Amino acid sequence: MATNSARLLALLGMMQRIRAFEETAMAGHAAGEVPGPLHPSIGQEAVAAGVCANLRIDDRLTSNHRGHGHALAKGADAARMMLELYGRAGGSCGGKGGSMHIADFSVGMLGANGVVSGGIPIAVGAAQGLQMLGSDAIVCCMFGDGAINRGPFLEGLNWAALYRLPVLFVCEDNGVAAFTATASVTAGAGVAARAESLGVPATSVDGNDAAAVDAATAALVGAVRAGSGPRLLHARTYRLTGHTSTDAAGWRAADEVAAARDNDPITRLEAVLRAEGVAQATLDALRADALREMAALRATAHVAPWPDAATAFADVIGENA
Amino acid sequence: MPNVTLAEATRLAVLQEMRRDPRIWVLGEDVARGGLFGQYRGFLEEFGERRIVSTPISESTIMGAGLGAALVGTRPIIEMRIFDFVMCAMDELVNQIAKIRYMFGGQARPAVVVRMPHGIWRNSAAQHSQMLEGWFAHLPGVIVCCPSTPADAAATMVAAIRSDDPVLVFDPKNLWGATGDIADDIAPLEFGRARHARHGDALTMVSWSACMPLAEEAADALAAQGISVDLLDLRTLAPWDADAVLASARRTGRLLVAHEAVTTAGFGAEIVAHVAERVAVRATRVGFPSVPIPFSPPLEAALRVDAAKIVSAARGLLAT
Ligand SMILES: Cc1ncc(C[n+]2csc(CCOP(=O)(O)OP(=O)(O)O)c2C)c(N)n1
Ligand SMILES: [Mg+2]
Repeated sequence: MATNSARLLALLGMMQRIRAFEETAMAGHAAGEVPGPLHPSIGQEAVAAGVCANLRIDDRLTSNHRGHGHALAKGADAARMMLELYGRAGGSCGGKGGSMHIADFSVGMLGANGVVSGGIPIAVGAAQGLQMLGSDAIVCCMFGDGAINRGPFLEGLNWAALYRLPVLFVCEDNGVAAFTATASVTAGAGVAARAESLGVPATSVDGNDAAAVDAATAALVGAVRAGSGPRLLHARTYRLTGHTSTDAAGWRAADEVAAARDNDPITRLEAVLRAEGVAQATLDALRADALREMAALRATAHVAPWPDAATAFADVIGENA
Repeated sequence: MPNVTLAEATRLAVLQEMRRDPRIWVLGEDVARGGLFGQYRGFLEEFGERRIVSTPISESTIMGAGLGAALVGTRPIIEMRIFDFVMCAMDELVNQIAKIRYMFGGQARPAVVVRMPHGIWRNSAAQHSQMLEGWFAHLPGVIVCCPSTPADAAATMVAAIRSDDPVLVFDPKNLWGATGDIADDIAPLEFGRARHARHGDALTMVSWSACMPLAEEAADALAAQGISVDLLDLRTLAPWDADAVLASARRTGRLLVAHEAVTTAGFGAEIVAHVAERVAVRATRVGFPSVPIPFSPPLEAALRVDAAKIVSAARGLLAT
């Protein structure tokens, strides 16, 4: 198999794991097993997989509320993530964070964030700290198109450019911010133009084309790691589900959704791989394996022990008793 | 070091710590020129622009970048310039810094110091004079410091910098010029331990920050009238020294809390409630009325706490 096919197959494998993780968690939520809301990234997996395939384990990542895919692609442990969604003791955050606050510092995943654009200042500061410590690790900062209308976007990009910080900003542009078309509330020429105006070179890419995301990110990460300062990747994609696990998204135009289904990044990547001669059975196995893995994690999480009530008082301030 | 100002005491404390640990750095507006109050004078020359970072006027990112830098192992001192501007960084402080350790199950300890010079000073009016330290004492996940003397301000900075928890330091602007002696080798303050400023048995008085010298003045005036005041400088509000206040109130049966902040829902309310839940005590509070701080000197003076107001409240309390 060609090297390229192997890399694309690995990307597909990750995308299938992300999708299976979220489909499984959504089913768990519908069954009343997963408390709290989920923000699924189904349809956007090529961005998480394509970007994170270019990061080292010691590179840091900040994410947003729709961050399961980012965390998985950065290498976070899926079993602990599933336990966290279920609020169980062995979860990534001991059950204190839930879906919107998954972090796994052991793989450089500095946290999802419940506040839109909340990760941007943290990412630039992490990059400033790494620069100060003389590290060649970089920081990848993921946010949605809705985040570009908040102040921290302006502040953070200006700051990163000013101090030439090693940050790759990634705007995952699914065209919506919750229930509002972002274009209807955004003046000017969009995220890439805004970034360029602040001295941050930007690249726009079809975010449903995993190979294109991978290639664009590789070039940008190379520049960032070489000390050329921050870069921004603008990845256009589509959220195939509603805003949260309880939003059936019936408010969207049927033809828009149908067109998006035809543009599913997973089926597109499968078509590319088939054209490169990869057998259908190989592709099918990736999906089947991912579904099996996540079903097992769900079954385990559902019966896993709850956190000890005493842990509710741990990790507030000072040393733990 | 004899007879240094409070501003200089904090400068020397930060200097001592930055010389000790190369991971410590300062970020904020105008810090490279020495800070607004000279509290970082000479630092750029000694530590260079990587550790003394004059930033854009981007409070959200000053606060949030400090957090991010702490998450990769540096130890930032986040300078807010004037307390009131922290309103532009409330998400980063309240939703991010104060939550991150707990919310992520203890994976990270954000070792940041946030300096916020606060309080009424030189007729600075409604947006540059506030004392909202009580808001932050209400917030789980942070340590809240309100020193009032040069020695305590220096010791507070050392403790804040060495702490692995987020520490909010409210520098008392009106006391920048107050003088006192500090140690050559500044030791860290113990958080949650009050300073016993006057010993007495007629009434317990509790204060902190810029109100503390007024409380001392009032206590001395009362002493001249034969009323001995047991006066505690809390120094830190979270944690606060409830044991010391309870022990004193148990002896005197009278409790007066004086703070420059607005009385309504101020931290004095917490102290009085906490004591009243445990001790039979008569209590009163002295603070600012529920009014934005006015500019004109006579208007400001009419509303602001002074020693005479504390004395009169104390006499009222003793009459009951
Ligand atoms: C500061 C802030 N305002 C509002 C919200 C509520 N909210 C959560 S997600 C969201 C939409 C965000 O859109 P975008 O950044 O494009 O991300 P997407 O949901 O499309 O992935 C909103 C408004 C929030 N979490 N934080
Ligand atoms: Mg969006």
